[in-house]
Amino acid sequence: MTDPEKINVEVSEALAAQSKSATNRKTLGVLTVTAVAMLGLGFASKPLYDTFCRITGYGGTTRVANENPYEVSDRIIRVQFDSNTSKGLQWDFAPEKPYMDVNVGASNLAFYTATNRSDKTVVATSNYNVSPIKAAPYFSKMECFCFTEQTLAPDESATYPVVFFLDPLLLEDERMDEIKTVTLSYTFFPIEPGQAIKEANLE
Amino acid sequence: MVAIDGHSDAHAHSDKPSFFKRWFLSTNHKDIGTLYLWFGMASGLLGGFLSFMMRLELKEPGIQIFASEHTYLVFTSMHGLIMIFFMVMPALIGGFGNWFGPLMIGAPDMAFPRLNNLSFWLLPVAFVLLVSSFFVQGSSGGDGFGGGWVMYPPLSTSGHEGPAFDLIIMGLLAAGFASIFGAINFITTILNMRAPGMTMHKMPLFAWSILVTAFLLLLALPVLAAALFMLFFDRNAGTGFFNPAMGGDPEMFQHLFWFFGHPEVYIMILPAFGIVSHVVSTFSKKPIFGYLGMAYAMVAIGVVGFVVWAHHMYTVGMDVDLKLYFMVATLVIAVPTGIKIFSWLATMWGGSIKFTIPMMWAIAFIFLFVVGGVTGVVLSMPAIDVALHDTYYVVAHFHYVLSLGAVFGLFCGFYYWFGKIFGVMYNKLLAQIHFWTFFIGVNVVFFPQHFLGMQGMPRRYIDYPVEFATYNEISTYGAFITLAGVIAFFVMLAEAFIVRRPAADNYWGEGATTLEWTLSSPPPYHQFNTLPRVK
Repeated sequence: MTDPEKINVEVSEALAAQSKSATNRKTLGVLTVTAVAMLGLGFASKPLYDTFCRITGYGGTTRVANENPYEVSDRIIRVQFDSNTSKGLQWDFAPEKPYMDVNVGASNLAFYTATNRSDKTVVATSNYNVSPIKAAPYFSKMECFCFTEQTLAPDESATYPVVFFLDPLLLEDERMDEIKTVTLSYTFFPIEPGQAIKEANLE
Repeated sequence: MVAIDGHSDAHAHSDKPSFFKRWFLSTNHKDIGTLYLWFGMASGLLGGFLSFMMRLELKEPGIQIFASEHTYLVFTSMHGLIMIFFMVMPALIGGFGNWFGPLMIGAPDMAFPRLNNLSFWLLPVAFVLLVSSFFVQGSSGGDGFGGGWVMYPPLSTSGHEGPAFDLIIMGLLAAGFASIFGAINFITTILNMRAPGMTMHKMPLFAWSILVTAFLLLLALPVLAAALFMLFFDRNAGTGFFNPAMGGDPEMFQHLFWFFGHPEVYIMILPAFGIVSHVVSTFSKKPIFGYLGMAYAMVAIGVVGFVVWAHHMYTVGMDVDLKLYFMVATLVIAVPTGIKIFSWLATMWGGSIKFTIPMMWAIAFIFLFVVGGVTGVVLSMPAIDVALHDTYYVVAHFHYVLSLGAVFGLFCGFYYWFGKIFGVMYNKLLAQIHFWTFFIGVNVVFFPQHFLGMQGMPRRYIDYPVEFATYNEISTYGAFITLAGVIAFFVMLAEAFIVRRPAADNYWGEGATTLEWTLSSPPPYHQFNTLPRVK
């Protein structure tokens, strides 16, 4: 055996040489970039996910349309209306009618009413989705109170319209053949006045 | 700690630094590996204590042990986080990976020894942060975070206003970055520092398993870090990534979490696959059957493991086509896993099998992993999963693959390399007692939980209807047997270090063919000054 001191020196030199070697540094660089890229992808998933939901209707995200160019078909689907308020919002919020039987392709008008039961003026915004999820891409809204912030003074009531139609393209989707009922659901959340409203709703 | 440098080799001794320098400023892969093993053992004791208290509480209906329901939920959440991030991962990857990764490929040390030191010492910091969350305000229910190891918002945001969960986020970020640094180190070491002649296709399977695991860590953990950062911002900086009132989506957290979480379960099991392959081959006195198939089966499990995450969240209201995709992708994983199981069996087939202690753990591992794998196939089907989701069936399933699978792999490696790591041999009778009490104990704990789940008992509740009493009582008796097994383990450990039977260089004989067996037990402080040549 050689002198342990010497081994130590040799080994640490060998190690130093190795960790400084160009190959190791290159690998270190590539791997670090990969890890940072995955971190970035994690954050990027937020806008990607929103875009994905809007395009595909994934998760019950409905479509937004400016006009209804379609002809009315004789397929009738029952649209049920659901309403919720989040914790901390003292509003009564309900649809005027529990459901409507609508023709696919026809433009329809439904109403929700809301009353502020608290003693303060409250600004709120609503979120929505459609069940079953596979019906969401065919559910188009032309006008909705969910596109903007709503403000109610204490004890003030308001009636909110929703203009929507069911896209006749659903007639060609055989997965939609079994669908007799579609539920449109809204949830109101309180927000700070002036807080930027979500992008998805503004589209 | 004195026990480990017991080997009386003048040369080996003289080049070792002083105690503080050796253990606190260590850059030596073997010393860091040892630190990881002790660390994993210590946090395993805490995690085990938490689960033991849960089993005591569930022994009969009603609330007996815990002062509040919230505390019970804190115990379940912390049990999961501690066992995953501070027991299995440090011990399997940090411990055995550091020890035998470089040894098996014939490298003198890890590629970046100082980074290795950082990886380890971030862990105790993370652990202190995590454990301190027990003692600070979590929610209105009391101290600590009780939102489960999955940390779903809104329970982890508006549901836990107190600072306890912020401490957990910081702790997990520290542990996560430690693992990312470790992964970078392992990949660089294995890709660039193999001994001359050791091609990728000659590399031992344990080194393969560490390589695949390191890639999974590198790709999955940053996504968890991003999700944790977003949770932190949602809680403290007024953002709304997961807040529907602000246009966020709590479901997105589940996608991000499970994009990390599913590879994570393979991160915990792949090193065990590697260990079991060596043990089965050693004690069948045969080379492993289908070596290349075994290596690439692990690669396949790693790759497919990244595209199956949503099978953890079938109940969020997912499109039926999406469920179909995730079901099929999940079922596909059974193929490479099956290749591994059958190759282990084929290795044993016709071999000259010796039922040594590590071999018993390895065979038990294969048996238990198959049980857990089969229930996994059942759960992969959405039609069945919607009924079994969040029931004790799922608890039984993942404890069979992890608490029994990964932990049996851990003990398997521990008994296989015990003499190599510590330079002393254990008492076989005590090791037998440990094996049998532990094996019987954990099966009695978890097997009845399948029935509880099938009967519809949900997870994460402190109390249950009297109909579930019998199986819960049996399960708790299993926890007592397991406790006896854990005590037997520490008796075995103490006895081995008191009696100090010296371990031979290759105490397993001709079946043990990898490079660590060419060195002394324990190996010299620095090995492979002249790189070994592999033919």
